[in-house]
Formats: sequence, C-alpha cells, structure tokens
Amino acid sequence: MSFGSLIILLTLDFRDPFCCKVVHPSPSLYSLLKFPGHERSLTQIKFNAEGDLLFSCSKDHVINVWYSHNGERLGTYDGNNGTVWTVDIDSESRFLVSGSADNTLRLWSVASGKCLYTWEFPTAVKRVAFNEDDTKVVCITEQRMGYQCAIRVFDINREGDGSDQSEEPEFFFNPIGSKATVCAFTLIPNIIITGHESGKVALFNVKTGEEIDNNERAHSDVVTDLQLSKDRTYCVTSSKDKIARIHDTKNLMVIKTYTTETPLNSAALAPTRPYVLLGGGQEAMNVTTTSMRQGKFETRFWHKVYEEEVGRVKGHFGPINTIAIHPAGTCYASGGEDGFVRVHHFDDSYFKAQPYGTVDIED
Amino acid sequence: MAATDDIDYSDIEEKYQVHYDDGFDNMLVVDGVPVIDKSKLEKLLAKICKEFSRKGVSIKPDDIFMPWNDTTGKSQGFIFVEFKNADDANLALVAMHNHPFDAKHQFKVNRFTDIERYERLDETYIEPETEEYAPREHLRAWLADAQGRDQYVTYRGEDVEIYWHGKPSQSEIAMKPDWKDFLYVAWSPLGTYIATLHRQGVRLWGGSSWKPQQRFAHPLVKLIDFSPCEQYLVTWSNESIVVPEGAPQGPQYLSPDDEGNNIAVWDIKSGDLLRTFSTVSENDSAAAKKQMQWPALKWSPDDKYVARVTPGQMISVHELPSMYLHGKKSIKIEGVVDFEWCPQGDRDREDAEKDALAGATGAATKTVKKARENMLVYWTPEVVNQPARVTLLGFPSRAILRQKNLFNVTECKLYWQNQGDFLCTKKSIFCNLEIFRVREKDYPVEVLELKDTVTDFSWEPKGERFAIVSSNDPNLGNPGPGITIKTDVSFYQLEHGKNDFKLLRTLPSRTSNAIRWSPRGRHVVLATVGSSSKSELEFWDLDFNVEDAGRREGQVSKEEWGSGIQLLGTADHYALTDVEWDPSGRYLATSASSWTHTLENGYAIWDFRGQEITKQIQDRFKQFIWRPRPRTLLTKEQQRLVRKNLKEYSRTFDEDDAAEESNVSAELVALRKRLVDEWNAWRMRSKAEFFGEGGPKSGRKGDGQEQEEVEVWIDEVIDYVEEEVLE
Repeated sequence: MSFGSLIILLTLDFRDPFCCKVVHPSPSLYSLLKFPGHERSLTQIKFNAEGDLLFSCSKDHVINVWYSHNGERLGTYDGNNGTVWTVDIDSESRFLVSGSADNTLRLWSVASGKCLYTWEFPTAVKRVAFNEDDTKVVCITEQRMGYQCAIRVFDINREGDGSDQSEEPEFFFNPIGSKATVCAFTLIPNIIITGHESGKVALFNVKTGEEIDNNERAHSDVVTDLQLSKDRTYCVTSSKDKIARIHDTKNLMVIKTYTTETPLNSAALAPTRPYVLLGGGQEAMNVTTTSMRQGKFETRFWHKVYEEEVGRVKGHFGPINTIAIHPAGTCYASGGEDGFVRVHHFDDSYFKAQPYGTVDIED
Repeated sequence: MAATDDIDYSDIEEKYQVHYDDGFDNMLVVDGVPVIDKSKLEKLLAKICKEFSRKGVSIKPDDIFMPWNDTTGKSQGFIFVEFKNADDANLALVAMHNHPFDAKHQFKVNRFTDIERYERLDETYIEPETEEYAPREHLRAWLADAQGRDQYVTYRGEDVEIYWHGKPSQSEIAMKPDWKDFLYVAWSPLGTYIATLHRQGVRLWGGSSWKPQQRFAHPLVKLIDFSPCEQYLVTWSNESIVVPEGAPQGPQYLSPDDEGNNIAVWDIKSGDLLRTFSTVSENDSAAAKKQMQWPALKWSPDDKYVARVTPGQMISVHELPSMYLHGKKSIKIEGVVDFEWCPQGDRDREDAEKDALAGATGAATKTVKKARENMLVYWTPEVVNQPARVTLLGFPSRAILRQKNLFNVTECKLYWQNQGDFLCTKKSIFCNLEIFRVREKDYPVEVLELKDTVTDFSWEPKGERFAIVSSNDPNLGNPGPGITIKTDVSFYQLEHGKNDFKLLRTLPSRTSNAIRWSPRGRHVVLATVGSSSKSELEFWDLDFNVEDAGRREGQVSKEEWGSGIQLLGTADHYALTDVEWDPSGRYLATSASSWTHTLENGYAIWDFRGQEITKQIQDRFKQFIWRPRPRTLLTKEQQRLVRKNLKEYSRTFDEDDAAEESNVSAELVALRKRLVDEWNAWRMRSKAEFFGEGGPKSGRKGDGQEQEEVEVWIDEVIDYVEEEVLE
C-alpha cells in the first residue's frame, strides 16, 4: 500500500486570463486527505449523474467508488482478474459496467457491489458505454491473438435484480480497417461514434455494422478519449498527436481544434463554463530520468470557443490518463499514471470570472 | 524485298552517321607573307621555319605549301602550314599571329577550318538586341523596414521559415520558402544572403522575394565560411573533389586540376571558383587529420588576405582576388600552432576609408592618418631551449610588433576584442591571462594569474571589460551524465588611472558555462548550456547606475568600483542548446535543437531583462539564427544626435504603441465576437436539428439541476478526561 489516492480541494483563479498558467491553491481552502486507493495507474474515472459518486478503475484490478465531496471511499467492486480498462454507470446509479483485461464485461450492482452478470470474450474489453436511456451497452474488444477488434451491443434487462441478462449480444460486428479504441452512443438510436487507432473518427450503425460516415484525418495518431457533451450533439476527442478536437456528432465536422505540446490521454467538456480540460504527458518511458522536471503533467484548461489556453493545474507526477468533470460543473477529477485520483473543487471566482468580458456562449 | 525498300532509314542513318574529323585542325593559313618569285622560295621558306621555331613550334620547309599564281609567276602572299598535331597548330596560332616578319610584312594567322567559315559569314550587320533592363531587388531591402524590425530564420523538420521580429503585433512570418533537401541554413555575416547547403553545392538566396542569387557547385559540401565583407565564400567537404567525365566546364565549376582537394574559395558576386586547397598535407598524422579547424582559412577583416596555417611549419597568406601567395612565399614559423587576425575596429575602418578616398582624389596622403596595418597573432609551443611564444605580426609588412615568452604552456587560446583594441591570450596548466593593449605604444602586456581553470573567456564588444567562467570543480574535465560543473563568473574592467585590468565582481557558485555579451556591450547573459538538469539564464546589466552607456568613461571613477552590476532577471529554458543575441542587443533567443537531443525542442525569445516574449515548443526543431545587420551608415555625429534627441523619438514611439494597442485589442475583440457568434449559431442549429425548436429534452434522469446536498457527520472530541476511580 505504498500509494494512496490523494484528494485535494483547491481553488482555481480565473480572474486574469493571461497569467493563470500557475494556479496557486490558497492555503485556507486547502484540505488534504489521504486514503488507501489504487496501487497502479488509473485507466478511467467517471462521475455518476448526480456527481456525488466517483468511480475509478485502474491497472490493479480494482474498481473503487468514492464520495466526490470529501474523497472518502465508499466501496470497491472486486472480482476482476486483470487490468480494468473501463467503467460506465447508468443514469440511476443502479448498474455499473466494467471492461477488463481478463476478457470479461461485468455488470455490477452499484449499491451492493455484487457482480450481477459476466460476459466472456476471446480478448480484453477496452471500452464500455451506456446509451442515453440505459437500455444498451456498447463494448469494444481488443484486436489480439488472431481475433479482430469487435464492437458488441448488449441489451440490458433492467427488470428484477439485473442478473437475468442474455448471453448473446444484440448486435455484433468487426469494424473494418484500423481498430476502434473509444466509442459512445449518439443521440440517434443505434448509431455510435468511434475513435480509432489510426486517428480516424467514425459513425457506425450497430445494426448493420455499416460505417455511415468517417473523418480519416481527425487525428494523426491514436484517439485516446472521447467524451460527449451533455446533450450528445457534440463530442471532444483527444489523441497522442497532441491535439484535441470538438466534433459534431451528426456529421463529424471538426468544430474546434486545441493544439498542445504534449501527447494527450484525455479530454473533457466543462458544463456551464466554456472550457475544455485536457490531460496527458510524455509517456514514462520517454521521460528522461535525469530531469527533475515534472512538467507537462498538468491539467490544461482551454477556452472552448477561442481555442486559447487559459490555465493549468499542477499536481500529478506522472502523465494524466483520464479526466472527468462533475455533471454540474462544480468540480473535476483527474486520474494519473502515478496512481492518484485528484479531485479539484472550483471556487466562486471560477464561476463568476468573465475573463473575456460578458459574452453569452451556448453550452 | 520491295517491302524493305519502302522503309525509310533516313532517321536511323542520320543518327548513326559517322562524323569525320575535318582533318584540318593542324593546318594554319598564314597571310602577309612577302610576294616572291620562285628563285627566292627556298630562302623564304627557311626564314619562315626559323621564325616559327624561335617561337617554340618547329616546322620543316616540307610542311609549308605555297600557292602560286601561274600567270604572273609569283607567289600569292599566303602559305599553308601543316603541323604535327592540333595542339602545335594552336600554339603557333597564338605565337605567330601579328608576328612582324620584317619591316613591311606582318603575319596574320588563321585556322584553315576558320577560313571557310569566315567566307560564309553573313556580311550584313544585325544590331544586337539590347536586353531589357530588369532592376534587381535590393539585397538589403529588409533594412528599410518601416518598423526597423529584425529578422530571424527557423529551420524545423524540413521547413525553413523567416520571421520578422518586433512588437508582438508586428511579429509575423516574412517568408516560407520551399527550399528542399539541404543540410542547414546560414546567414552571410552582414545578413545580405542566406545560404543553404545541398548535395550539389551551396545556394545563396536574397532580396525581398528570396530569389536565388548565386550557386557554388561543390558536391557534398558540409561547412561554409563567408569572408567578413561578404565578397568570398569558403566551402569544405569531407569528400575529396572528384570531377566526373562530362562535368560542365567553366570558371564557375571545379576542374580536373582541383581533384583531391576539399576546400574551395569562391567569388560571391561572379560565382567563379578562385582556388581549391587540400586540408590534408603529406606529413599529417591520422590524429591531426581528425582535428580539423574550422574555419580552415582565416580572413583578414578587410577581405584583402586569407591565410591558413600548416601546423608546425608556416602560415600561408593569399592575396585576394588573385589567390596568389602573398610575396610568393609563406611565413615560415617553426612550430606554429594557431593564429588569429586582428579584427578591424570602427576607427580602423574609418581610417581605411579616408585612405582610399585620399588615394582616389590624389590628395596629399601625408595629412591623413595612415590606417592601421592588418595584424595577426600566432603562438608557438615550447621546444627545447626555447619558451613558448606569442607573436604579434604586422601584415603585409611582416614586421614583428611584439613578442612575449610564456612558460609552462600546453595550450594557448587567442581572443581579440572586436574593435581590435585588446588581445587576450589564455594559457593552461596555470591559467594565466596575458592581455595585450594593442592600441598603446609598444603594446604593453599585463598578466592576470588565476587559481582556477578558466573554461570560457569573452570580451565585451566595443568595451573595456571581459568576463570569464572559472571552475575548481573536481569533476571538470570528466563530463558524465547528470554532472553539472560548479563555476564562478568574474567580470574585469580596465582601470584607466592605473592602466590595468581589475576585478569588478565575482559571482560565485553558478552552473553557468556560457557568456553571451550583447553585441552593443553593457548587457550580458550567463547561460547553462548542454546540461540535462540545469538550464538557467541570468540577465546582467553592468552599467545599471549609468544613465547613458555612451557617457560612461568619465563616470567610472566617481562610482564605486563594480557597483553598477545588477541582475535584471533570471529565466529558464529547459534543455537549451543555443543562446544568441539579436543584432540590436535588445532581444535574446534561446533554442533547443533536435540535432543535440529530442527533449522539448523549440525556441524562445526574451528581452534583455529576461522577460519571455515568445516561446515555441516544436518537434524536430533544428535551427534558429538572427539575421545579422551590416554596420550602421550613420556617422558618429549623427549617432550622437540621435542619442541626444532620444526623448523626442521615444515620445513618437510611445504614441505609436498606444495607438496600436487599442487597434490590436479592437481586432481581437472583433475576432472573439465572430468566434462566439459562429459557435452560438452552430449550437442553435444542431440543437434545432436534434430536438426541434423546443430545446433539448431532459435526457438523462436527474439532470443535475437540483442542488446537491451533502451530509457530513463530524465526530468531534470536545473534551477528554481520564478519571481514576478509587475504590
């Protein structure tokens, strides 16, 4: 138990847009809580719909759930036998799905921590996501050992205690070309948006397995994250090519581009405020051992519309693997390669500050 | 059979037709021979043969054919001469043309083959078409920039970009040329040209549209060096020159005579090759070969001479533009290791210009002060019974001006101050600095003895100060990963009263290993270069108390010694590899080149106080170079005037700045408004498409609208009392 999850509450100063590269936590609002948590690097973190719970999964096989306001751990979901790559929870905080390197997709009861159902595949599960009304789950399995990358959609039976699920997927197909790395349901039924290893972003009809639309040049390297806006009409993608982009989920048109100087692992959209949060960093193997610098492991705040960086938050001492924002936009959490989840609560100035004057920007 | 006859072979025949030599290349026609009759024939032929032989082309009377006019019985006045081969004929043509045979006769010699051609020549005169005069772009057009901005070039990946650098709003890209496949770029010393090194040779570009200006076909060129006045270019390749069969010939190309050499000297204006050299001399050992000095040829500051050293033997000085050895012999110096030309100061340049003017007008040169002769300094190491020696030599007089013996020398470095006022020689083992005051009578030498090893030495440009980096770190000399050498930086200044150099101040315990003086003096940057853990920049001002640098001489004595040294700011540029001031001394550029490492390549520009102006982190970033500026055209008087009225000038500049700032912010506000409008329009559109006019329906249950209530139980121990209950 050498590592614990370090949860810090700190303030963000957004009053001066031009010199808030370094954001100093004000000591009075600073509280530091340390709990045993993950022992290895984080892979994905998610808030529930209300934002009171934070789910985190990591390479140490455990899924944790935390109170987001104080960092107290509520419980764990045990049973996975390999790295847990991905989690998602439904809008009622009733069911949790997880995908793991032990080739399983599991359905959990959020409240009891019991594993309700397990689907097994030939290869690891890299990404899972619920649809809008929690009736379906999409999952991507890895391309390995002669098996192609596959996308499966399962119907979730919400009747009863949830342990009565059908073993067979409702839809199954292998996307042609580069393997998919991330995916999510769009607003249109049975249409998913995917990000691929080649940097492609595409729309698939899960019924037919047909690629409806694609943008081959969305990125020039692996798409590492894809998060939807609240109304699912647009999404933000991040990539190892150091760029994050906002796409229209209907026609895949690139709306905005954010060019940074470090490979990105995650990108999230802040509700209520016009910011995009980007996280990443040089991979551990590429960081020189002699350098004492911990640079590049900051969460970067970019203005969503102006495409300008407005601030950074330091903290992690390894690359940031995943970022999640509270659905109400009151705090955000980042999970790093260093095994820590950091939760940052925004203070009043974040909401009140108008660094670019009073402008009305649609969410 | 009939079918084959029909085929038209004419094209094939034409193609394979054998071209016969005319066979008359060795025939000359000599006109102007006396008209004689038969009786004098033998005598004349013998005389002609003698004349030819005297010029080195021997012929026999049998080779001469003299046509006769049969009706008059006299000769026609011309003869045909046949030579052994065409070369002899050519020689005779040159030697005998316009040769006076006797008082009345002069030979006119032509090639036999030419006679025919001349016959067919069209006699009508055609006026040659005058070429339309196309004005060339001014090569120094960038100096006429209204905002007086400087330029710099960046080389990243495969792309070269040339930028203007000024106020933030005026910093813009000047040119993005599509130059391909080259090693690197280099400015000429006055900024007129930019050179790219290609496989085939060097190209120079210039003018406001960056058109090709000149090229030098030196294949596989690796290093180049411009002469100080941009008249000549030296190129070097590690591969010896090989001239393939069928290579183009001409003054601009390497000829077979140059084979095996690897240094070439070119004239920039004409593009002509002047001469080639070999870096490898016969008695060079393998070890010496590895350590090639660059520049291998050193230019005198006025471009009149170029010299190279043959270690241990001599210095060879060549005159320009002929490239002949000056005085037809090298300066033989037993054991010579290295030498440096004395730079030309502003004073010398003015004197030289006056000299030239006086020479041109033919005025009495006595009244004009003679310009200082070129000087070079060389050193020879210790040999048996003779100490090491530094010698100051005038050139072209070759007079030894000053000689200084040194003891216990293993290595000696020569540093000239950029105005040629001072010379410092640094010898190792015991780190001594020997400073020659070159402007003074008899060239007095002062010795500074230092305990620590001096790793870097630098004169203040146009100043009387110098800075040294010294170190007593035990790790010095055995660099390893992660080892940062601790150093001290010291400043020295000439004390006018005592006429010696005195320590101004020492800054102890630094890691700085590079001194970069501003080209205007006064400001200096200390940098830690090439270290993986430290990358500090310190910006120092040495005349912080003095208002005007131009007036500082008189004030020094009043001020406390060394009190004007002030740290203006510190900065950090991670893993920097290069530090360079802009030509005006206002800005400093630092860069991290991917040629050295791949960590955070890119560049940053700082002002002289250490404030960051711009920072660009770019993958595969290779080069950053400021465009040099030529010497100012203003006279001393004009410069003084500018300095005097500085306040008035600055007022107008301030007004410009203010006007621009409001302008820029207005532009930015407009741009942001446009971006917001576009965004909002797109949001409205996409919402309408998905949800109709009614706005988004509540998607997930519990939209996060209701206030989150957090219940916290806090256990607080108010008081803790331990009571022992006694039974």
